[in-house]
Amino acid sequence: MIMLDAKSPSGPLEAQWSGYRDHLKLVAPTNRRKFEVVIVGSGLAGAAAAATLGEAGYNVKCFCFQDSPRRAHSIAAQGGINAAKNYRNDGDSTFRLFYDTIKGGDFRSRESNVYRLAEVSVEIIDQAVAQGVPFAREYGGLLDNRSFGGAQVARTFYARGQTGQQLLLGAYQALARQIEAGTVQMFTRTEMLDVVVEDGRAKGIVTRDLVSGEISSHAAHAVVLASGGYSNVYFLSTNAKACNVTAAWRAHRRGALFANPCFTQIHPTCIPQSGEYQAKLTLMSESLRNDGRIWVAKEAEDNRRARDIPERERDYYLETRYPSFGNLVPRDVASRNAKGVVDEGRGVGPLKNGVYLDFSDAIGRLGRDAIEEKYGNLFEMYERITGENPYEAPMRIYPAPHYTMGGLWVDYNLMSNVDGLFVIGEANFSDHGANRLGASALMQGLADGYFIVPYTIASYLAPHLGETVTAGGAAFQQTEKEVSERLARFMQASGKRTVDTFHRELGQIVRDECGMSRSKAGLTRALQKIPVLREEFHANLNLAGNGEGLNMSLERAGRVADFFELAELMCIDALDREESCGGHFREESQTSDGEALRDDENFTHVSAWEHTGDASSPILHNEPLEFEAVQLTQRSYK
Amino acid sequence: MKLTLKVWRQETKDAPGALQTYEVDDISPDYSFLEMLDMLNERLEEQGQRPVAFDHDCREGVCGACSMMVDGQAHGPQARTTTCQLHMREFTDGDTIVIEPWRATAFSIVQDLMVDRSAFDRIIQAGGFISVNTGSAPEANLMPIPKDVADDAFDAATCIGCGACVAQCPNGAAQLFTAAKIGHLSLLPQGQAERDTRAVSMVEQMESELFGSCSNFRECEAVCPKAISIDWIARMNRDYLRAKLKGVTRR
Repeated sequence: MIMLDAKSPSGPLEAQWSGYRDHLKLVAPTNRRKFEVVIVGSGLAGAAAAATLGEAGYNVKCFCFQDSPRRAHSIAAQGGINAAKNYRNDGDSTFRLFYDTIKGGDFRSRESNVYRLAEVSVEIIDQAVAQGVPFAREYGGLLDNRSFGGAQVARTFYARGQTGQQLLLGAYQALARQIEAGTVQMFTRTEMLDVVVEDGRAKGIVTRDLVSGEISSHAAHAVVLASGGYSNVYFLSTNAKACNVTAAWRAHRRGALFANPCFTQIHPTCIPQSGEYQAKLTLMSESLRNDGRIWVAKEAEDNRRARDIPERERDYYLETRYPSFGNLVPRDVASRNAKGVVDEGRGVGPLKNGVYLDFSDAIGRLGRDAIEEKYGNLFEMYERITGENPYEAPMRIYPAPHYTMGGLWVDYNLMSNVDGLFVIGEANFSDHGANRLGASALMQGLADGYFIVPYTIASYLAPHLGETVTAGGAAFQQTEKEVSERLARFMQASGKRTVDTFHRELGQIVRDECGMSRSKAGLTRALQKIPVLREEFHANLNLAGNGEGLNMSLERAGRVADFFELAELMCIDALDREESCGGHFREESQTSDGEALRDDENFTHVSAWEHTGDASSPILHNEPLEFEAVQLTQRSYK
Repeated sequence: MKLTLKVWRQETKDAPGALQTYEVDDISPDYSFLEMLDMLNERLEEQGQRPVAFDHDCREGVCGACSMMVDGQAHGPQARTTTCQLHMREFTDGDTIVIEPWRATAFSIVQDLMVDRSAFDRIIQAGGFISVNTGSAPEANLMPIPKDVADDAFDAATCIGCGACVAQCPNGAAQLFTAAKIGHLSLLPQGQAERDTRAVSMVEQMESELFGSCSNFRECEAVCPKAISIDWIARMNRDYLRAKLKGVTRR
C-alpha cells in the first residue's frame, strides 16, 4: 500500500520553508563530487537545477532531446514572470501572490508548496538580473512591471514578448558555465526512455541516442525529471512539436503516482486553427489582454467585417459579465466564455472559430508607437501567420491547450513516491491546482530548479554518502532489454497508418471530450474509443526505416504510444472528479449562471493514480488538502 | 497549390548526398513551410520511404531549431522570418523550391536538412555568461540600468542561435552569433567584471572551430531572423582588441 505523505511542515506558513530548510541534512562541499545526479530536460527547471547543482559541486549529467539545451520549450513563453517584489507599491506581498495563486488554482493545491513558491519568487528576479537577463525597464533604469490575469496588482516582470527566451538563456548560460567547468556533462539529441527502479529506489535512466540509435544506461544517486508537460496529448496545442510525456509516463509505469492528470489549461489567446493539416497552434501572450478588448457580435451569423459592426451591436462579453476583472479574468474563465460565444454561432473569422481581440481603443488612447513598443513582436508574428495586420483589424483568437497542471505526484521535497526520483517544473503537479495563473510557469520552473530542489536533494543524498552507483546490474540490464524490445515492436508493426494520423485522431477525441468542457457521457465515450484506437495503433502502425540510426517516426511512435495511455488516465480522472474546478469544467457541476461549481465536501483532495500494468484500471490514492491560511470561497471575478 | 520540391537527401554525415525531386499538391497558402514538409513526409511514410529529416520544435520562431536554405536563402525569402514562420502564401502555384541544409564547414550534416551546431554551444561555454552562482545575487533594483542600454542589450540578446548567419556567409563565419552574445553581456553593468576575458575566450573559441573569417559581406545581417545588426561585430572587435592590448588571455 502506498502511503502519501506530503511532508508539509507545520506552523505558520511564513516560517515553514526557512524552518524546514534549517533542518535539512547537508552534504559537505568536499563530498558533493562523490554524488551523481541525472537531470532529464534542460528547460527552465532542468537547466536551473543542473547549473545550481553543478555550482555546488555535484557530478551532474543533463539530457535533452533537442540539439542544444537552449532550445527547450520554456523558450517560447512570452508574457512574463511573477514575483512579489511590490515595486509598484500597489499592495503586493508574498501573502497576496500566494493567495492569488491558490485562488487562481481553485483551491486544489497545497498551501505549503504555494506559499514557498511565492516566497522564493523575489530571489528569482534577483538571480536573473545578475545573470544579465534584459528585463524591461523604466526610464529611471529600474525594473518595469505589468499586470496579468487573475491579479489586481502589477507584479509581472517581462522582457518584451520573449520573457521565457531570456530567462532560459540566463539558465542556459549558467549551465554552459558548468559544462565548461566540468561539473555538468551535457547529452544532447538524447532521449530518456525509461527510469531504472530497484527496491523502490530510482537508480538511473536508460536513454536512446537519437542520431546513432544506441541505447545506454546512466546510473545516479538521484534522478530529477524536468521534462515538461503533456499538452501534446491533444495533438494541436501551443507546445513545441517534440514536447512529450514519455519521461514522466515511463516513471509512472515504474511506480511514480500521476496526480490530477485531468487538470489541463486551455489558454484563451491563441490564433484559431486555419486548416486540417495544421501542425500546432500559436499562442498570443496573455499580456495582450491588458490593452486588447475581447468581443463578438451580439447576433449570431453576423458576417460583416469587424469595422462595419457598430459599437452598440458588439458584445464585450468579459467586460459585461466580469466588471471588476474584465478582460483580465483568469485563463479558464476567459477560455470557457470564448467557447460559449463560438458555440452560440457568434464566432468570427472564415471558419467562425474565434473571437476578436481588439486594440483600436488602446491605439487611440496610447498611440500606435506605445502599442508597438509593448507588443511589436507579437503583432508581427500574428501578421506572419494569418496575413492580417492587427494594427488595422482586430486579432482573432481562440483557446488552445497550453499547459498541464497535473503531473507526477511529489511531496514538499519535490520527490515522487519513488525514492530518489525528483520531479520539477511543469512535469510535477505541485503548485497550480486546477488552473495556473499567467506568468506563474516561469516562476515555478525556476523556483524548483534554482531554489528548492538543490536544498532538498542534498538532504536526500546525505545518508547515501559512500554508496557507489554503477549501470551494470541486473535492474539496468532488464530495463535496457525492455526498452529495446519495445522499440523493436514498433518497428515490426507492418500496418498501413502513419504515427501522425493516429496522434491526430487521438487528439481530436481528447479535445472533444476532455478539453474545455467535460461530461459523464462524453468521457464515457472517450473511454470506449481510446483503447480501441490504441489497439489499432499497435497493430496497424507503419514506420519507415529501422531503429539503428536517426528515425524521427520511431521517436514519435514511442511518444504517441505513451500519450495513448495518458489520455485514458486523463479521462478516468476527469470522470472520477464529479465537480468543476479551474480548467476542469464538468457540465453537470455548474452554478445557475454557468460558472464552475466546486464540491469541496467530496473533492478537496489530490487524485494520485497508481499504474497497475493495465492502463484501463489504475488505482486511486487521495491526498486530502487542508487549508489553514485561506478560506475556501467560490471563485468570483465579477 | 502544386509545387515541385528539390530536397537535399543524405543518409549520414559521411554518406554522399543529392537533391531529390518531389511533387506536392493540395498545399493551402495558409500552411507554414514546415507544415508543407510535414505533408510531404506523411506521404513518403505512406509509401514506405524514409521521411526528410529536419530540425524543428517550437514553430513560433524562437527556439532556433529550424534551419534550412530555401532557394539559396537561409530561412527563405521573407525577411526577419524563420522557416517555421514562413507561410506558403509567399510562394506561387507551380513554383519549384530548392531546399538544402545549412552549408558550412563548422556545421556537419547529421542527416538530410539536419546539421550539427554544437560549435555554437562551445562558444557560449567558453565565456558567454556572467559568473554568478545561484543565491549570490544582490537585490535586483540595486543597480539601475538606463532604459536605452537595457533595450540595446535586449536587441542583441534576441539571437536564437539558429545559425542562419553562418549558413549565408560566403566564408561560413560565426561573427554575428558570437558578437551578439558578447554585445548583450558587455553592455550591462553586471557583465563588466568579465568583459575582457569573455571577449577573448569567445572569439578564440570561435576561431578554433571550423568557422571562416568575417570580411563584411553583411549577408548575416540580411538573413538574421531577429534582425541583429553587424554593428555588434564592430563592438566585439573593439572589445577583443582592447582586451588583447591589455594582455588578457583566454580563461
